[in-house]
Parts: sequence; C-alpha cells; structure tokens
Amino acid sequence: MSDISRDTMLLTTPFHSRVEAMCDLNDWGNWMGYTTPNAYFDIELEYFAIRSTTGVFDLSPMNKYRVRGPDAQRYLDRLITRDVTKIGVNRVGYAIWCDDNGQVIDDGTIFRLEDQDYRICSYQRADDWLAWNTLGFDVTIENESEAVAGLAVQGPTSCTVLTLLGCTDINQLKPFGIAHYTFEGRPLMVSRTGFTGDLGYEVWVPPESAEALWDQLFELGRDYLIKPIGSHALELARIEAGFLQANVDFMPAEEIVRVGRSRSPFELGLEWLVDFNKPLFNGRSALLREKAKGSRYRFAMLDVEGNKPAEHSFILKGDKQVGTVTSAAWCPTAKANIAYAQIEMPHGAVGDQLVAEIYYQRELHWTRLLAPCKVIDAPIFKSPKRWQTPAPPH
Amino acid sequence: MNQYDAIVIGAGHNGLTNGAYLAKAGLKVAVLERNPYIGGATVSRELHKGWWYSNCSYVASLLRPEITRDLELPRHGLQVVSFGGGATFMRNGDYFGNYSDHDRHYREMARHSKRDANAYDRYAADTSLQTKLIRPYLMRTPPDPTSLKPRDLRDLLEFARSFMDLGEEKLLDTIKFWTASVGDYLNEYFETDVIKAHMAGSGIIGTALGVYSPGTAYVLLHHYMGDVDGNVGAWGFARGGMGAIANALSKAFQSYGGEIICDANVDEVIVKNGRAAGVALKDGREYKAPIVVSNLDPKRTFLDITNPSDLPKDVVKKARNFKIRGSSGKLNIALDGLPVFHGLDPRNRLMAGDLHFSDSLERQERAYDDWKAGTWSKDPYLDMMIPSLTDPTMAPPGKHMMSVFVQYAPPKVEGREWTDEDKDGFEKSVIDQISNYSPNFRDLILHCETRTPREIEAEVGLTEGNIFMGELTFDQLLFNRPFPGYAQYRSPIKGMYLCSSGTHPGGGVMAAPGANAAREILADLKRPNTVPGGYADD
Amino acid sequence: MTDYDAVIIGAGHNGLICAAYLAKAGKKVLVVDGRAEPGGCASTREFAPGFSVSDCAQWLSQFDQSIVKDLDLGSAGLKLGEPKATISLQSDGDHLMLAGDTISGAGVDSADQAAYRDFKNMIRSFAKLMTTLYRGRPPKLVEQNWTDRLTLMKLGVGLKLMGRERLQDLMRIALINIYDVMNEHFSNAALKSAIALDAVTGTNMGPRSPNTVYSYLHRVTGEHLAQTGTTQVMGGMGAFGQCLAAAAEKRGATLRLGSAVQAIVKTEDRVTGVTLASGETVSAKLVISSADPTTTFRDLLGYDQMEAGIAKRVEHYRSRSGTAKLHLALSGLPEFNGVTADQLKERLVIAPSMDGMETALNPMKYRELSQLHTFDISIPTLEDPGLAPTGQHVLSAIVHYVPYAPDIGWEAGKPQLLSQLLSELEAYAPGIGALVSASELIVPSDLEASHGMTGGNWHHGELSIDQALMMRPFPGSTQYATAVEGLYLCGAGAHPGGGLQGLPGRNAAKEILKRGALS
Repeated sequence: MSDISRDTMLLTTPFHSRVEAMCDLNDWGNWMGYTTPNAYFDIELEYFAIRSTTGVFDLSPMNKYRVRGPDAQRYLDRLITRDVTKIGVNRVGYAIWCDDNGQVIDDGTIFRLEDQDYRICSYQRADDWLAWNTLGFDVTIENESEAVAGLAVQGPTSCTVLTLLGCTDINQLKPFGIAHYTFEGRPLMVSRTGFTGDLGYEVWVPPESAEALWDQLFELGRDYLIKPIGSHALELARIEAGFLQANVDFMPAEEIVRVGRSRSPFELGLEWLVDFNKPLFNGRSALLREKAKGSRYRFAMLDVEGNKPAEHSFILKGDKQVGTVTSAAWCPTAKANIAYAQIEMPHGAVGDQLVAEIYYQRELHWTRLLAPCKVIDAPIFKSPKRWQTPAPPH
Repeated sequence: MNQYDAIVIGAGHNGLTNGAYLAKAGLKVAVLERNPYIGGATVSRELHKGWWYSNCSYVASLLRPEITRDLELPRHGLQVVSFGGGATFMRNGDYFGNYSDHDRHYREMARHSKRDANAYDRYAADTSLQTKLIRPYLMRTPPDPTSLKPRDLRDLLEFARSFMDLGEEKLLDTIKFWTASVGDYLNEYFETDVIKAHMAGSGIIGTALGVYSPGTAYVLLHHYMGDVDGNVGAWGFARGGMGAIANALSKAFQSYGGEIICDANVDEVIVKNGRAAGVALKDGREYKAPIVVSNLDPKRTFLDITNPSDLPKDVVKKARNFKIRGSSGKLNIALDGLPVFHGLDPRNRLMAGDLHFSDSLERQERAYDDWKAGTWSKDPYLDMMIPSLTDPTMAPPGKHMMSVFVQYAPPKVEGREWTDEDKDGFEKSVIDQISNYSPNFRDLILHCETRTPREIEAEVGLTEGNIFMGELTFDQLLFNRPFPGYAQYRSPIKGMYLCSSGTHPGGGVMAAPGANAAREILADLKRPNTVPGGYADD
Repeated sequence: MTDYDAVIIGAGHNGLICAAYLAKAGKKVLVVDGRAEPGGCASTREFAPGFSVSDCAQWLSQFDQSIVKDLDLGSAGLKLGEPKATISLQSDGDHLMLAGDTISGAGVDSADQAAYRDFKNMIRSFAKLMTTLYRGRPPKLVEQNWTDRLTLMKLGVGLKLMGRERLQDLMRIALINIYDVMNEHFSNAALKSAIALDAVTGTNMGPRSPNTVYSYLHRVTGEHLAQTGTTQVMGGMGAFGQCLAAAAEKRGATLRLGSAVQAIVKTEDRVTGVTLASGETVSAKLVISSADPTTTFRDLLGYDQMEAGIAKRVEHYRSRSGTAKLHLALSGLPEFNGVTADQLKERLVIAPSMDGMETALNPMKYRELSQLHTFDISIPTLEDPGLAPTGQHVLSAIVHYVPYAPDIGWEAGKPQLLSQLLSELEAYAPGIGALVSASELIVPSDLEASHGMTGGNWHHGELSIDQALMMRPFPGSTQYATAVEGLYLCGAGAHPGGGLQGLPGRNAAKEILKRGALS
C-alpha cells in the first residue's frame, strides 16, 4: 500500500530500461496500462525491418492467463468457438470467444503447454469472463500477465537471430509450434506466431531474463539488421497481413453500451473459427440462429484506388451509405491501399464494387475524395516464408 | 403594483429556473422567498468568518447543460469545476481510491481485485446503457399512461419503443435493474466488499432505503445520469459554493425582468372561482397573478398553502401519502488545516474527491437498520468532501472547509421531535467516525454547523429534510411523480402549477423540473416555448 | 425411440400436475423423485412417535380451481377442512379476527373495518387482473408472438376496465412496500401487522422492503384462483400429494419414487434424458424439471453443460430464505390467552408490529439469531385427530426470520432458537412448554436437504419483482422453455412462482403441448 505511487501510474514492462534507451524519438503511448513506444526512430523504417530484416516488438503488456486442471481442455472447448482438441501439445491456435448472444468478446491465441495446461494470450483483459466460465469446471485460472515477458521477433532474419541465441533447430519449428529452451538458466519459450504475416516468432521468458534477452538479441542480431519496432509500425504490418484488432475492428461484446454495436464471428469474417460440430460452446445457439437467419454485417477487405488511406471513411454503394472503415493503411510492401470495413448486408461480397468517402487534409485544406474500391478475398500481403518449414534462410 | 402575470413560490434553483423561463417569454414574474436570502437548498452561506458553506446541496453534476447554456449561467458568474475521484477508507488501514482516469482506476481496483477491476468495464457499460435510456426524458414532460390524449399516447409509444429496441433480454435486464437493490446489482459484478460499498453509496444517498432494498439500483442511476462538460456521471463543485448556481439563475431571471421578493412567507394560494388568483403572505400582504407556481414540495404545496376545500379529495389523500422521508443530515465544518487520513498521502488528489468510511455493504445496511429503528446511524455512511481543495474561495488560504453528508438520520428520533441533545449525539457520531480514520481531525475543527432533518426542514423548508423532495422510488418517479394523474406539472387548480424537485425528473440540483413546468405553463398560455429541448444523447 | 415422451423431475405438486396434464393429452410421462412419498412440499411426516405433521407447507389456500376441475380432483378423495379464519394474537388477549372481509377485535374501529373492505376490494381487482397473467405463460415483450400479444392485449383491456383511479393506484403501489400501504389505509397497528405478515411470509424481506406489495398480491391472487379460503388437508398435506399422484397415474403417467435423479443427460446439443441414483438412464424427448432452477441447472445438468451466460444467470438467481418450521408434539390442548378452545382450530398468527418485524429481520441479514419472530400456527389435530395419539395434539408453525446459516452454526444455534421460539410462544400460550413432549425445528438448510430446495426457499427463488413474471426465473429461460434445448421448467421457479398454486406445472404442460414440443 502506498500513496502517490507506482501502483496507479502507467506501468513499465520488464524490457523498459532497454526500450527507453533505444527509443530515439521518445514517442510513447499507453498500451493496456503500460508505457510503450509508438515509434523508436522512424515508423517507415521500423516497418521495413519487419519485412526485410528483423523487428522486435515488446509484447509484455499482452494479457496472459494460465488455464490448468483436469478440465482445462473441456473448459477451453466451451469457451472458444473452434475445436480446441485439435490444438496439440506445444502448438498454438488462434481463437475467438463469444458471449451467449454469439457476439465476439475478444480474440487471442491459445498455447497448449501440456496435456491439460494452456495459456491464453489476449489483447483485452479477460479476468472476469474467464472466471465466470470456470463454473462447473475443475480448472484454475491464473493471471500471468506480469509473470511472463514477451518479445515478438519478426521478419526474414528472425530465425537466424534466434538460432544464434541458442534456439537450436528453431528453423524446424512449424508455424504455430512451440519450442522450449533455456536462457541463462531460466526457461525460454518460442512460439512461431505473430501479428505481422511474416516469418516470425514470439519469445517468452520470465521477467528476470528480460533485459539480458534483449541485450543478447540485439547483440547477436546486429549483423542481421535487427531493429526495435513500435506500435505504429506493427499496426501497418497487421493491416497488411489481415489481422483484426479488438477495440479497433470490433468492440468487445461485454463493453458495448449501445444496442447492436457488437459483432458476431460471421460479421467479422471469422466463420472459419466457428465449429458447429462441437455440441457446446458459448454463443453456439445464437450463432446457429444467425446462420439460419442471416447476418447484419459483413467484414470486407477493400482494395481502395489511389494512395489516400481510407481512415474513418464511409463506404457507399451508389449514393447509399452501406458501411464504415475500421482500419486502413497504405501498405508499403504490397504497394496497395487497404481498408477493413464493416458493410451492411447484402453488400460487401467479394468482388463488390464500392466507393470510399475519404476525407484528408493537406496544410489544413480538407479534401473529400470518392475513391472506388473493391472487396478482395484475402489479405493483400502473403509471405510464403510465413508457412515454410524449415524456415527459409534469409 | 402587486399584480403579476405569474408568481413562483420559493427561490430555490427550480423556482428561479421556472421564473426565468416564464420571464423570458415576456411574462411579468415575481419569485417569492420566505428566507432573507435566495437559493433554498442551493445556497452558500458564511457562517464562520472567512468560510463559506454549501449548507445543503454540495456538488453539481445533474444541472442540465441545456439550461446552463440557454440561460447563459456562465455569463452570470457560474463556474462548475470538475473534481473527479474519491476514496473509501477501510477499517484495516487501507483505502480504495476512485480515480477518474480509467487506467489509474483500473490499477487501483486491481490492487484489491483484478477480477473486479476487469468487471468494472462490464459494469460501466451496463450502467451507462441505463443512463442512456433515462437521459432523454429529463427535459421532457412524462406521458400519462392512463390518458388517451394523442400527445400522451404518442409519447408513451415513443417511450415504449426506446425500451423495445433493447431486445427481449436487455429489456428484461432493464426491468430487473429498475426494480433491484443496489446491493444485489453490485453483487452481479464485484466480489470485493470495499469496491461494492464505495459504489453502493450512490444508491442510498438521500434515500430512506438500505443497500439491500429493492429500487435502490435506480437511485444509483439518479446519481450517474448527470454530467460535467459532457462527461456523463462526473461531478463538480460550483465555484463559490452551490449558492453560485442560485445567484447565476437569479441574475438570469432578473435579466429577463423578473423580480425576486425575499422575506415573503406564503400563507395560502388564493383561489377564486376555481382558478388561482395569487398568494396571501403570512404578514398579510397579497400578490395577485393568474399563474401561481409552487416550488415547494407536494406535501407543503397541497397540505400547507392550499385550502383543502379548493382541492379534489383524492389529491389531498395523495399528497398525504406522498413519501418524503428524512434520511440524511449534514455537517459543515471549518478546519484550521488539512486533515490527514490513515493510509492516504494528503497530497493525493483523491483527497479532493468524495471520501467515505463504510467499507462493506453490511456496514451500510446496519446504518440503515438504525434509521429504521428511529435513530441516527451509529456507524454512519458519510459522503465527505473538502471543496476548498478545489475551490480557493471557500476558506482562507491553508484552511479548509469540509462538507459531510450523513446517511442516515431519521426525521424523528424514536417517534419524537429532535432535541438539542439528539443533535449533539448525532454530531458526535459523525465526528467520531471521521476521527477513527483521521488522527488530527478533531483538533482542526474551528466551527461546525450541524443540520439534522429538523434544521433542514426549518431553514430550507424541505419536508422532513429530504433532499430530493420525495423518495426516488418507482411509485414516485416519471409519470408517478409526484402522484399518478398529476405528473405533468399542473395542479388540480386551474392556473396553479408545480415546479419543485417533487416533480419529474426529481431531486438534485438539476433545474429540469423548473424548466419543464415552464414549458407546460407557456403551452397552456399559448405562448411560444422558451425552454430548450434536451441535447441528443448519442 | 426414447423410453418416454417426457421425464419430469420431482413429484412435487407442480411436477405431478404437469405430468397429469401431459398424460391426459396422451403423452407417455415418467415422474421421478428421490423421496419415497409423492407431493414434495405437500408432505406429511411422523416427526415424533405417533405424531405426524405437514412438514413443509401446512395450508392449502391458493390452489387453482381450474386444475381441480381439469384433473377432477374433487372426486379423487381429497378432503379439506373448514376454511379458517385468521386470529392475530395480541399480547393483551384482545385478538384480531380476520374472516373474509370482516375484521373484529384488537380495538379496530369502524373506519378501519370500512377501510379493510375497500382495501380488499382494491387488492382483489388487482388479483383478478393478475389471474390473466398467472393462468398463462408470461408474455415476451419484444420477441412476441400472437399468444403473447393476446395476453398483453387482455392485460391492457383489464387495466383499462379497472378504471383510471384503480390503475393509478396500481401504478403507484405495485412496486412499493406493504409498510407504507398499510399506514396509508389503516390506523390499527394489529391490523397492519397481520396483513404485513402475509406479505413477508416465505420471503426474506421485511414490511419496509419494496416489492412486499407484490408478494402480498401474489398471495391474494392465489387465494382468488383457489376460492377455497385457507384450509388444512385431512391426513396432512401428504394426502394432497397422494391425490395428485393418483390423478397423474390415473391418466397414465408413471411414477418412480425413491429414485432420485442424479443428473440430466445431455447428448450432443440437447437434453435427452436423466440418469437415476441407481445408475439407470431414462431417455425422453424432453426433460421437465420441477426442481428449483439452481438445483436443475447447477446440480442436475451441471454448469459445464450450458453456455456460460446461463450459468452466470443461475448464479445470480437469488434463493435466500428466512422461513423455518416448528413442530411440537403436545400432551394436551394448549391454552392461548383470550382464545376459546373452539377458536384454536383457526389459523393463529403472531405478528409483532411492522417495525418489530423489521427488528426481527435485522439479525438474519447478518447471520445471527433473532430475539423476535413471526408465527403462523396450525393445530391440525383439532380437525384431524388422526395425526396424533388420542387426546394429544400437534402444533405446526411457520416461523420467520431464521438465518440460513448462522455464524454460530446450527449445532449450537438450534437449541438456542428452539428455546427462544418456545419462550415467545409461552407469552401467548402460558404453560405450553410443559405440554411439549417432543419438538422439531426445521431451519432453511434442513428444508434444503429434505426437499431439495436451494437455500430452503419455499418459492424456489425469491419472489421479488426482478425475479418474477416475465423475468422468472431469469431472462433467456422464461416461458417454461429454457435456453438449453430439450429442458423445460415446471416448478415454482417458473412463472408464476411459489405457493401451492399448481400453475407452473399446469402452464408448463399447456405450453409444451401448444408448442408441439412432444409431437
């Protein structure tokens, strides 16, 4: 108990001393209550580190929940919409979870560490919902967010750098696989996961190892042009790679105030994560009804003409407003202008021609631009490296 | 010369608001006030040299922004300063801080329970939904469900539709919310005693109910539905004390040509041929007007200043049955310096917020048990503030003014009137409560004004000292306020109207009743409306 | 092919009624219950050698007459006693007598007598309106279909027909407390507390608690549905259970008693049957539970078998209770001050003042024993001597406010409470203690254990507005169908709730048939 205290200040991650030292721009943001860099030295250059060398992103503020106990697998299977039994030990699965109304609460990754020992890694906090879900299950939930420090090490040279760090045969690790090592006498876990769509890994260590890990990575990776990246650069990469983000592309169902503002998996283009063969999961009956009745919205990836990002744009079909943009960026690798939009049904099918009503300003002069756009069927950036095993040498 | 177009009885904030809108429409209006000063319960008084007390109401949030802006209250000197934050001190020496910054709030809550800290977002969303449902109706006249008039039917339909839009399950949850106790409601979200207790306070303040009494979840909402600068649920201080609100309203009123007459104690509303014709004062003076608006509570209006023979029988009965329950008291204290509380650095900004000492629902419920038994709470729930930490005009530099709202204090002590000894006993229970948590508090007291329901009733004219001019239970809300059939500001006597907090949307320094009543009066006079509509809630 | 069309969990009155209606419609129905006797809360038990008592519910006053007619119970051998007057005992022996719409004694004046008639008329007109709501499934408000719209329309017409003044009364008092309503209508303290007692019986509320008018209205609606007055069942309430069981069996329903349901079986995404304590599984198209919602969802189905939001709803469903039962075996007929021997067969109540009831309630909230209680007393042996050895008697009393789990524990608490209750009785019936040859105190946790009612709550969940009518038991599982496919509710935890009304069972059966859930 203390007073004007660190208890209530923005927290710092276990990597903070190193992050601060490298943050040339001194440009900070607040992510999940932590002081985190928006950018280290140049957003554009940081972005290209992900695509052509290695970018390192401090993931520590992610929420991590350990799920253990005899019912851990059954517990998760009811929690998430996909079949958790298909995630093997030392494998990771991307998943979403819904409320009883079939509305998405959050997405995240499920790490299977042992037979009945899982870790959920989520963007939003989930203590309350996970606790409610334990009713009727012999399972314990532990909030490990502060006990596990993490770095995303992403990009074509990332495998090489991690190999130099002592991650033997890391190139053999399949996408969504997990490998365990020791680092300076403490456990180090690597998962071949990430938010960039590129070859990349996430490295998880106890907080005590954090500074040494950072130091060694940057020391060993220097010749492979390793660079720290901030949240702005990551944002570019995730949009290019087709990843959704809670609070940006959808609102967590439990925090919705206004009726109708939450979204179902179908409305977010995530039907591939819903497995109706499972007899029970949260939201199943509502989603079955929605499937029969039809959805209200469609998630669309738009290829927008021109080079003006369609941020916060209205989407029109003819004169009629049929949707709004949730995320948009000019994608430097794909050289494409991409936007994610929520489009009212029945519009927004793949191939649909729409118009983005874009407002942008130059020197305080605002321009309204009606940019034609087309609904595309897959993320614009697809790196074969992401899926290759063994991981290709850069 | 004593002839007016309209007379408003009582220069509280609603009377002044009502007068201002009538005057703005071109009527010749007089507002009569019994006391030598205006404001009613919205008042600041210097009862100890250099210290200004907001004797009764002490914080601002509910004051409708539409009215503030329309009557140009800032131009007339009103400044509402947001304070934000607060704390509940615990018996174990710790405290729970309520920070207005979301992240800071999260981490403080997480210090007590991570689950609760996370659940708070769900709680905030669900409670906001309820707030959004009710806010559009604050600046409107409630429809009468028993009426078949097109206007009532249309408004009812709209009202029903806004609820139907919620969908079956959310609608049922809404009904549950409106009928549940604040304790049960909070139990659906939180596990930590102090967190629940901190939030439950808003469900009982000014109300003769306990945290486990059904209906108190709505009272919580009543404290959440205001805003400061668009921050819904935020609270602020009026610079210079609450009297600043009454002063600004009076200036606005006067700027439209209105006249305020103090020391004018109304004895009776004069009714001629079934129509209001003016008022007679206790000192024999008479003022004539075809419109008489009462800003007194419904009991006083119909039982004290109206001749029963002028009223239908059912109205007398309804007025008698109208529930105004004295449930609270107030201490205003001049302090020689800043008190220090266990566990909290005095520099912490939480000190400028609302401070409490009840760290469990059980303690709050026991405080209510005392009220039920007809005595003041021995372990009282306090809503305590030090406005001089926010507003330098309230006390000399380095000194402080403390406002302590006390829940519960009964209207009568074990069935008899309050005595001075009772008042001392009440004061002692409050001072002891604070001293339990603040070692230097007692020595800092320079002056203490203690107000039991007896004093509040005598000075301000609030029946039983009830701050809301009538319990905020469902039987007295919306189209039931003050009673069914008379919720549209019209009394049964032609030309006589109600504009007090005893009418929709109820108590608190909101000014909406005064404005809504003016709109109805102007409609009856077939004059153009001067009252602004409510801001759209997005 | 399933073993049965429907398996009904619990052979309480609602389960049996539901079974009888379904069987009557030609459905193949099995009723299972762990208790050896049918009837659930309508049960008779020998609590001391030679002394038997209705060990849970003791009065029959709310049983819907349409069920009597539909199931032809009149000819099924059910024997009821004479309708009882209520005598509210006063410490000075000048008791208040309530019989029909007339009241006397305890110094009630003519003004109160007139006010009482007016009050009863008002409440009856509300009760009449409630009948529309009680005899059907509770309407949905948004996702309405024509049945719901019809109910809502009927209600609307009923409201209009009541007249503007009555409607205004209803709008005002529907959600408030009995305390204020009593003070508004009456001046006699004994009268106020006698009525208030009926408003708080079976709840954990005091007269000052909002919603107590609703609980009173619920009771009066039951009386309106029954039109029998307050009566005792000859042979104890168990005879009523037997009679319902016979009615169900006569129509073809099968009963399996002494065979507790261990679990509700879910196969894939729907409920398909039950497993019994014996390990045997019985399959059915539907499982209809007359157990309380918490027992049904948490204990029998299991939270792991439903979507988490339902489990959360069940956890929030409140089933606190303050009701206990006192059973005394008496070696002779007790004497109550100011009560003639003839009057002893009436319903005797001891209701402290309304403020006294609040005082009595307070300790219960903090898991403590109270120094003051309310009593609803029956001496059934006067009309039904067979319940005790010749010349001896049984006294059965419903007692409030008793905590569910006192901090001192029941081992220490029970003897303490028993002597407290006896001393309270002694004040009205001097010498009664000397007549007690055996006694039994049933606290809420005992009722939970013996009758499977969570929290010992007679209503299968508190009957406050937020858990009543179209909210009962909780959003998403109203209208007898639950959010779990194949699982229905037909107990007091479903609309319209507790009391021996029989309507949840009847309404559930009608709803199931109407939906074609079994065709």
